[in-house]
Amino acid sequence: MKSRRAAYDDVVVVCPTTLPYVRYSIHGAHWFLAGALAELLKRSGLAKDRIDGLCVSSFTLAPDSAVGLTQHLGLTLRWLDHIPMGGACGIVALRRAARAVQSGDADFVACIAGDTNHTDSFRQNLATFSQFARDAVYPYGSGGANASFAFLTAYYMRAYGARPEDFGKLCVAQRTNALAFPTAVMKKPLTLDDYLTARMIADPLRLYDCVMPCAGADAFLVLRRGEAEKLGLPYARILATIERHNAFPDDPIQYRGGWALDKDEMYAQAGVGPDDIDVVAAYDDYPVINVMQIEDLGFCEKGQGPDFVRRNTFTADGSFPFNTSGGQLSGGQAGAAGGFLGLVEVIRQITGQSIGAKVPDARLGLVSGFGMINYDRGLCSGAAILAAGQ
Amino acid sequence: MSEPVLLQLVADLAAGRIRVVDLTQTLSPEFPQIVLPPEMGQAWPFRIEEASRYDARGPGWYWNNFSCSEHTGTHFDAPIHWISGRHLPDNSTDTIPAERFIAPACVIDCSREAAADSDFLLGIDALRQWERRHGRIPAGSWILMRTDWSKRTDPVAYQNLDATGQHTPGPDTDAVKFLVDERQVLGFGSEAIGTDAGQAFHLKPPYPCHYYMHGSGRFGLQCLTNLDLLPPTGAVIVAAPLKIKEGSGSPLRVLALVPSSPSAPARAAKTTVAKTGRLRNKRPKKRR
Amino acid sequence: MTRPLVRPPRKNPILRTRVPTLPPGSRSRVAQGLTAAAARGEFELQVCRDCGTVQYPPREACRKCLSHRLDWRAQDGAGALVSETTLHHSNELFYRERMPWRLGVIKLDSGPVVVAHLHGDCPPAPSRVHVRAGLDKAGQAALIAVPQKDTPNMADDRQLREMTCDPKFRKILITDAKTALGQALVEAVVAAGADLVWAGYAEPWKKPPGFERLTKLPQVSLVPLDLTDSRAVKNLAGEIGSRVDILINTADHHRTYGIAAREGVEVARAEMDTNYFGLLRLAQEFAPAMRTRGADGQSSAVAWVNLLSVFALSNFPPHGTYSASKAAALSLAQCLRAELAPSGVRVINVFPGPIDDEWSQALPPPKIAPERLAADIVGALRGGAEDVFPGDIAQDWLARWRDNPKALERELALTPAML
Repeated sequence: MKSRRAAYDDVVVVCPTTLPYVRYSIHGAHWFLAGALAELLKRSGLAKDRIDGLCVSSFTLAPDSAVGLTQHLGLTLRWLDHIPMGGACGIVALRRAARAVQSGDADFVACIAGDTNHTDSFRQNLATFSQFARDAVYPYGSGGANASFAFLTAYYMRAYGARPEDFGKLCVAQRTNALAFPTAVMKKPLTLDDYLTARMIADPLRLYDCVMPCAGADAFLVLRRGEAEKLGLPYARILATIERHNAFPDDPIQYRGGWALDKDEMYAQAGVGPDDIDVVAAYDDYPVINVMQIEDLGFCEKGQGPDFVRRNTFTADGSFPFNTSGGQLSGGQAGAAGGFLGLVEVIRQITGQSIGAKVPDARLGLVSGFGMINYDRGLCSGAAILAAGQ
Repeated sequence: MSEPVLLQLVADLAAGRIRVVDLTQTLSPEFPQIVLPPEMGQAWPFRIEEASRYDARGPGWYWNNFSCSEHTGTHFDAPIHWISGRHLPDNSTDTIPAERFIAPACVIDCSREAAADSDFLLGIDALRQWERRHGRIPAGSWILMRTDWSKRTDPVAYQNLDATGQHTPGPDTDAVKFLVDERQVLGFGSEAIGTDAGQAFHLKPPYPCHYYMHGSGRFGLQCLTNLDLLPPTGAVIVAAPLKIKEGSGSPLRVLALVPSSPSAPARAAKTTVAKTGRLRNKRPKKRR
Repeated sequence: MTRPLVRPPRKNPILRTRVPTLPPGSRSRVAQGLTAAAARGEFELQVCRDCGTVQYPPREACRKCLSHRLDWRAQDGAGALVSETTLHHSNELFYRERMPWRLGVIKLDSGPVVVAHLHGDCPPAPSRVHVRAGLDKAGQAALIAVPQKDTPNMADDRQLREMTCDPKFRKILITDAKTALGQALVEAVVAAGADLVWAGYAEPWKKPPGFERLTKLPQVSLVPLDLTDSRAVKNLAGEIGSRVDILINTADHHRTYGIAAREGVEVARAEMDTNYFGLLRLAQEFAPAMRTRGADGQSSAVAWVNLLSVFALSNFPPHGTYSASKAAALSLAQCLRAELAPSGVRVINVFPGPIDDEWSQALPPPKIAPERLAADIVGALRGGAEDVFPGDIAQDWLARWRDNPKALERELALTPAML
């Protein structure tokens, strides 16, 4: 299928930046966003006033939105976007920023995502997360997304024969990846036995199926290739991106996401296939979503996910390098930064800037985003295929 | 020359040569009030609402507001209370001349008869028999029918209702007419909840004590107690109702001044109605 | 299989009483439509008038055709259990204290997918279930999936019990046990498994037929209670208030007058003194202890039932002053409901039409028999409703009132004056 959408020409991504995550902080989200922006500027060598576009994602910025941040951080911009899309915000920020730069609406777009984490942040965020969640999910006690994903995991296991060991294998691999990553929140090794015998949270999800909320931020910069070369920065090219919201609304339960609708178009636009991909980052709020993305992004057929997991290894040096910084499950979920985490890691891997376990000869990367459990399913899905620049 | 008599009265009271006997039941929410058929206007029971009690509603004081009927508890009936007395002059609590509130009392002991028969009616014969022993009933006296009914501290026994209504003692028609026409008494007093007998509706005329007493400008006293502490004659009753404009009666303090004598009973019997009129409680079998 | 409830052991007096917590109670306004139906014991969802699509979660416009014309319609709740989980952890205090907790996601035959509490007897997914709506401890509508057919001891399910006010093993005060309804209610709650029933009575010298019979029941304890006497109410509360799990206020002064038929305010004042001020006195004296015991073990304080009248909705002029006193009581009961809300104690208002007793003697049938009304009250305690309209007249007037209250006012005004 030939894509009818415009290619990304010479729009590139540089400076994958992570502000180290911490479990709790007394600072506001602005502190982390500012920190990521400062680090981004330092790496890029740009002065702050060269930034003329900004994409922001944050759950704890309230009562500010992106607008407030401009004055808070002393930015004067001609392009501004606020992307409240949770785990898909990285992909979507990349899409928005790329078209802005491509059209000339902005030249240097900083994309930042970050959140603080107070001891009551999680509870406060829940209360205002979505109308449907407030009306139809939280009254039933899950206090978050655990119940929704427990339903999903139980259904998936029943429908496709996935076993706890399959999910455990992914979690253990991601922990191995995380142990090599300097700023991962989880620092202790995890065995399959640890995973299988951990405290039950919401049957069948156990402790290590769940991410640890924390505070932190991630960022990257989108600009034209010419500018990246002027600044002497390694860059990644954007071969293709997809985005979808509220896919398959009539599925009684979410066993597939929007990628299933759009992946063919993505590979066609990129001119590559799943076998060409060297490194994959998927949004991993729960292991079952990892498996769903692997299927829906074409690495195997729907329902063959368990078999795929059993046949492959997922460490940076494995047969299917996957979430090589540890993902959120071992890296921590710094709120909206979780939507950037995978994108930032893949940019590092394919531009030779890995700070953790390195994927050998990684030149083509796929990043997938998923998020916003408005009621009973994640509404946002997105993905991007990036290629090494040089 | 009244002045030395009054000073003598005060001295006798102080020295105990004259005793004050309280003929009044305590006003409390538990004291029964008269029962009329539900379709009719009812007499309010005594109710009391605290306004403050050394608390935020009033830090330094305690006081209440209360409500009741003019005919609740120990109370006075004025002539205007009955249809037969409605047109008489000076017939309400505010217009009755005040000197009529102090008067001698003749106490007719019917306690034995009332114990045997709740519907006992005091008749002329019993009055004549009393006069043979104690002399002619003086004009202007209170006639107090002692039945010891006030010793019934259980409100259910005090009301003594059954499927045919109330069963309490009182005077019969002839006795009332005798007291009014032949002896010109001041009024009639009883220990039960009405001056008339509980079943007096069925007498001719209905409620003859109310009818003839009030119809001739005379008074009633009800729910009295301690009549067993009074001599048959010689006590002086002070019974002054509240001065309610066009009042048909009121609760009041009824006091008897009684000369001390060896024959008068020494101890007041307990006559206030029990605080809680509990029916027989069947406790559940298991301990709670 | 649900294990039958057993009588709880006696409370250890040296332990602190657990304070009530509530499930999340925040809802959007449109979601309150579910609560309004659950308050009447109904499960309703929005149905688009233009395309027929059934909506869930509740929303402002049809998810299919965007129409604003969404009507709340009764649902039968039949559906398929698609998946389930058992929570072992929650950030919500209420659930944290009640782990483990079973939840399911159900695809209703009518279309929407719902998240619901899952009764312990529902077979594992995939299976057929029946979804009901009731009020949870926060007083908001919650959905619960139960087995298609009743199972033994179904009402004793731990999760379902959090939504009901079952009299079993509870201690109950019935404020006026002398009336025909009061007597029937004493017998009904005893039959429903109450451990102890305090039967209140005023004016002990008035003995209605049948009252002596109650003293023979071992669970029954007669207690003097006159709602017009503040001290008596206070005294009784001092004696038994900390043990009352369910309070059923049946005290009712009912006379048959409007405005013109009777001189003076006496009758109306007496009606207000029992029906309105009586409720106020009771609430002042008994509510505080019940409020603290909303989570006090299996036999916690759980419900306050007011015998109102359908006349409270719209004045019935032949019983005009009585209607007004019931309307006053209704308003006050709403105040009580708000004040008890944080404790999880449910205020249940019962709105019968004319009861088949002496004060409705001159009204034509249908009239509700005291035994039937008592059964409906026990049913409301066992179900999840808080506004109960028992009997044909009550249902009829409710329907007319909801449809067009001004028309009902006119219809009632045309009723010929009766005795």
